[in-house]
Amino acid sequence: MTKPAPLIDLAGIGKTYGSGTVALAGVDATIREGGFVSLVGPSGCGKSTLLRIVAGLVAPDKGALSWPASGARPSDIGFVFQDATLMPWARVAENVYLPLKLKGIAKEKAMPRVRDALARVGLSDFADAFPRELSGGMKMRVSIARALVTEPPLLLMDEPFAALDEFTREKLDDDLSGLWLAHRFTTVFVTHSIYESVYLSERVLVMGARPGRILADIAIDAPFPRGRAFRESQPYVEICARVSAALREGAAI
Amino acid sequence: MNSRFTRILVPLLVGIAFLALWEGLVRASGVKPFVLPAPTVIADSLVQNFASLMASLWVTFRVTLAAFLLAVVGGVGLAIVFSQNRLIETALFPYAVALQVTPVVSIAPLIIIWVGYDRVEVAVLILAWIVAFFPILSNTTLGLRSADHNLRDLFRLYGASRRQVLTELQLPSALPYILAGMKISGGLALIGAVVAEFVAGSGAATGLAWRIVEAGNRLDIPRMFAALFLLSTLGICIFFALTLLERRLLRHWHESAVRREV
Repeated sequence: MTKPAPLIDLAGIGKTYGSGTVALAGVDATIREGGFVSLVGPSGCGKSTLLRIVAGLVAPDKGALSWPASGARPSDIGFVFQDATLMPWARVAENVYLPLKLKGIAKEKAMPRVRDALARVGLSDFADAFPRELSGGMKMRVSIARALVTEPPLLLMDEPFAALDEFTREKLDDDLSGLWLAHRFTTVFVTHSIYESVYLSERVLVMGARPGRILADIAIDAPFPRGRAFRESQPYVEICARVSAALREGAAI
Repeated sequence: MNSRFTRILVPLLVGIAFLALWEGLVRASGVKPFVLPAPTVIADSLVQNFASLMASLWVTFRVTLAAFLLAVVGGVGLAIVFSQNRLIETALFPYAVALQVTPVVSIAPLIIIWVGYDRVEVAVLILAWIVAFFPILSNTTLGLRSADHNLRDLFRLYGASRRQVLTELQLPSALPYILAGMKISGGLALIGAVVAEFVAGSGAATGLAWRIVEAGNRLDIPRMFAALFLLSTLGICIFFALTLLERRLLRHWHESAVRREV
């Protein structure tokens, strides 16, 4: 099997904030089409900044970001924040419709797609609910439905499940993995959970803080779909230990 | 304790007890009606002067409502302009504050002279508007800025226009702030209208404030109380109407209006 084409190419990306904090110092990485890559690191390692640079929300002040496969940043990028970030005044369907609405797509034309996206995250029955009526996990599902409604080639997730309880988190990890397998959108997933990153990803980029940089690039070859069996397998434990060791090495410097 | 029934009944009982005590004390002590009239005497005066008091209530209500609506339109409008252009905000905001902190009584004579004694109602409208305008401006300005940062980023990510950001994100986010400002302004518009009429003084103004001045001059204290009673009632109605509007608009989503089940 030939390797998929690179979608994102990061070359020497650096970012220093106005306060003098070096968020990122010379990050090089290539992310291939259809891949699932996690960025793992302690707080302050610049993983969220890196994600925002990829999204185009923050401009790097050093280095270059290029899109070898498409030539330019895709016009549709899904983004999921740590909080569900829903509009509290709008019903669930309206929230999911938002990306299409902002693109000027009429509601009648968009509604089948909205219903589709809600079905994918298992919330078909909650289209008319207000966000405050939903649990934390359900809100996050709405947020994922909203990110996927445009069928983006790229999904960026910034510690999406960090605020959820362990049980809900594992369930959402499985659902996300299933969606990714079915649609193969390229995913960059920021997390500070080693276990989550190893379970979900084809590849983990371990990052260190002060200054933010990539410490290790660890491939995870286990086949998908991964289930409970993988979580309890020897290779899983070993890879987690490797990621953990790489993190400790970075912290010791 | 929190049922609708008790929330209405308890204050009502307190009111009735207060009026009964008042009535009893006035009768027992023999205080003259031109010092402190009994509630029944005030009620009688209200009935006797019903037509003129109602006409004045209508005048005061009309001018208060007009000032309030103009304040909402002007305050929200200017806040939107401010949110679109920081330079305009920097240039004008200090003057809006200056207008607000200058006591309305002190500029009332000037405005009345400028507008002319033959059009006192317009002067009253302007003065009531000046007082009512600022809370809406400052609240809306704050509200438009308070939109969730991540949602802002999301709008940017999807290439939203400034207009879309304003109508789909900033204005809905600002709604609770605007409504809170409206609640303050509703009361202030009434105060402004009354103060302005007091200053205007002459018979050219025919609102409830003038009825109070007139009754004072004639030592017709029961009538003064009757006018006062109508004024309070109007203020309370304005407050409740705006509270109702707030609940209606926010009940599905904003913490302030959501009813929690305990």
